[in-house]
Amino acid sequence: MSKDRSEEVRRFSGPLRGQALFAIVFVVAAALLLSQLGSETKWMKGTKFFAQPRFWPAVSVIGMVVFGGLHLWKLPRRGFAQVDVKEWIIWFKAIEFVLWFLAYVLLVPILGYLPMTVAFMLLLTYRLGYRDRFMLSVSAAFGVAVVLVFKGFLNVKIPGGAVYEYLPGALRTFFIINF
Amino acid sequence: MDILFEAFQVLARWDVMIALLVGSVGGVLIGAIPGVGPAVAIAILLPATFSMDPIVGLTVLLGIYGSSMYGGAIPAILINTPGTAVNALTTYDGYPMTSRGEARRALSLAYSASFYGGVFSVVCLILFAPVLAKIAPMFGSREIFLAALLGLILVVIAHRGQSLIAAALASFGIFLHTVGLEPVKYTKRFTFEQSWLSSGVDLIVVVLGLFAISQAIFLLRGEDEKIRLTKLRGGMFQGMRELSRHPRVATVSATLGVLMGMIPGVGEFTAQFLSYTYAQRTSERPDDFGHGASEGLIAAETSNNAVPAAAMVPLLALGIPGEALTAMMLSVFYVHNVVPGPQLFQNQMDFVVALYLALLILNVLVLIFLLFATNQLIKVVKIPNRFLGAAILTLSFVGVYSLRNSFTDCLVAACFGVFGFVLKRLSLPAVPIVLGMVLGGIMEVKLRAGMARVKEPFDFIDRPVAMILFIMIIGVLLLHFRYVWGERKSLKEAKWLAKHASTNFGAQMSRRRSFLSTERGKTLRAKRSKYAPRSTDKSSRR
Repeated sequence: MSKDRSEEVRRFSGPLRGQALFAIVFVVAAALLLSQLGSETKWMKGTKFFAQPRFWPAVSVIGMVVFGGLHLWKLPRRGFAQVDVKEWIIWFKAIEFVLWFLAYVLLVPILGYLPMTVAFMLLLTYRLGYRDRFMLSVSAAFGVAVVLVFKGFLNVKIPGGAVYEYLPGALRTFFIINF
Repeated sequence: MDILFEAFQVLARWDVMIALLVGSVGGVLIGAIPGVGPAVAIAILLPATFSMDPIVGLTVLLGIYGSSMYGGAIPAILINTPGTAVNALTTYDGYPMTSRGEARRALSLAYSASFYGGVFSVVCLILFAPVLAKIAPMFGSREIFLAALLGLILVVIAHRGQSLIAAALASFGIFLHTVGLEPVKYTKRFTFEQSWLSSGVDLIVVVLGLFAISQAIFLLRGEDEKIRLTKLRGGMFQGMRELSRHPRVATVSATLGVLMGMIPGVGEFTAQFLSYTYAQRTSERPDDFGHGASEGLIAAETSNNAVPAAAMVPLLALGIPGEALTAMMLSVFYVHNVVPGPQLFQNQMDFVVALYLALLILNVLVLIFLLFATNQLIKVVKIPNRFLGAAILTLSFVGVYSLRNSFTDCLVAACFGVFGFVLKRLSLPAVPIVLGMVLGGIMEVKLRAGMARVKEPFDFIDRPVAMILFIMIIGVLLLHFRYVWGERKSLKEAKWLAKHASTNFGAQMSRRRSFLSTERGKTLRAKRSKYAPRSTDKSSRR
């Protein structure tokens, strides 16, 4: 009876694909953190148990191991199938947009917030397949609007680009402050 | 009355008025775009509000929180896609109305019901504010610790069928909070000798990663939907008249919204579910529910819009956020050194009432805006999903980078973005992580302070409020274990019912033989017994 898990699969909330790997990685990571508990936290002499610096890290890491382990144990399917591999590929492909984001972050202090935001929106819109003039102009306008609202109006702390240093006197200051 | 006057004075500033307008209109727009939602918007705007006055910053965020559900009803009714997660129940009766050509009626009814829910909750809370001000000081360190623990337990068990992983993720949230320099003994915890980890993991970086960047990746990796909009016909004011015909359903739903909103970790979904069930059970035509029943739409929209004001109660009175959005708002308080909790209710009551009045004005502004701008507003539904993803990614940069101009923060946020994307793909909840981070911090501080004067374990719960909270925790856990036990039993029954053939013939035969031999033994012993013949024995009857 225990081998037949079709009822558990039917009752499982959410998709089953990818769950096993996620749970295994979670439990392994939690177990590794638990193994480091002694070296990464300190036990202070003369301090009460609940006030120990180690108390809450221990509670949280033990919670991660126990609940993560129980979750893994109660999964209807703990093995891997073809559908899991497809799911891992989808996760892996998400890294592409993370790289886009990080490239944007790295280039803003060099090229400036306004030029980089407009370029980022244009390039990403093009990459997503919106190649008509309307969508490209909307994306450029959106980039300009974001910079004007956040840096120009709300004065959020984003440094001026290094390229602005090459601009002539007053224009240089204006660009550093507003764009 | 004096408090009301003082509260009006707090609000009577041009920047607060602009914040109200931006919050209300922005919230409706954000709610109307499926795939964005208030969590993403609040996460992005959070760092920008740090430079504002607390009342201005909180008004913008509250505006987005309170008005996004109005906007979320639009795609739920018109294209059967909820604009925000809490508008899912609106699709049950809203979309069938659109299918039979009553889109305008459904929208008007949703706006009216939302307005009623929003105003009802604010009025209730303004009236109850003096009572809350008396109750709040009864909460010391132990009570706040127990309330935070109760909130965390409720958040975990609210994820039915996923409570184990929700508990694991909440523990992960607590772990994230502990990383960095410990504030009392100044010892490093899980920093792995990395200097960038010494200051800990910033809540806003995690929130932006889990909610904004993950949503951006989710949209970028998805596909655009083809949307066909229906033309709106009829007046926008008919909803008010229709709502006035169902005062009982509207009032009970709003009350449930207020009550559920005040309990940490429960929120809109439970309020909606209870209201909808109540409306269906007490309706004269329960079969119409799910097929365009006006009472169903009223129940769903009234209850969800009554929650935001009520959700501010545990945050303001105890400093305990009940869900992710109020957890984000807590950081605005901390940045400005305004500590929410019993002291705030005692010393700055005008500030608290001003926030509620802001919500009241906000509801009026949103209703006026929607009554006149719906025809234009529905066009935002057509924005392609993947373009939205690109826009959210661009805006996420502002949120993360403006904190400390740190590339490391962006890298951490990006990692949490991928983690959040995986959670989304697996339909696992991200909210327990955020609440674990926030409530974990509160629990650590309050337990340390609370245990300082405790000699025996029972001393911790010797005060009435602490005892009530402790009993509630035990009760909630017992109810949850009963539910888990019931689920286990029903799973076993379902498995036996689905079985067609015996899987262990030998074991069954063995049990049969054992049963027969026991019965034969009993009969023989009865026969041989001289003094106590069995009552069923024929010879004994004679």
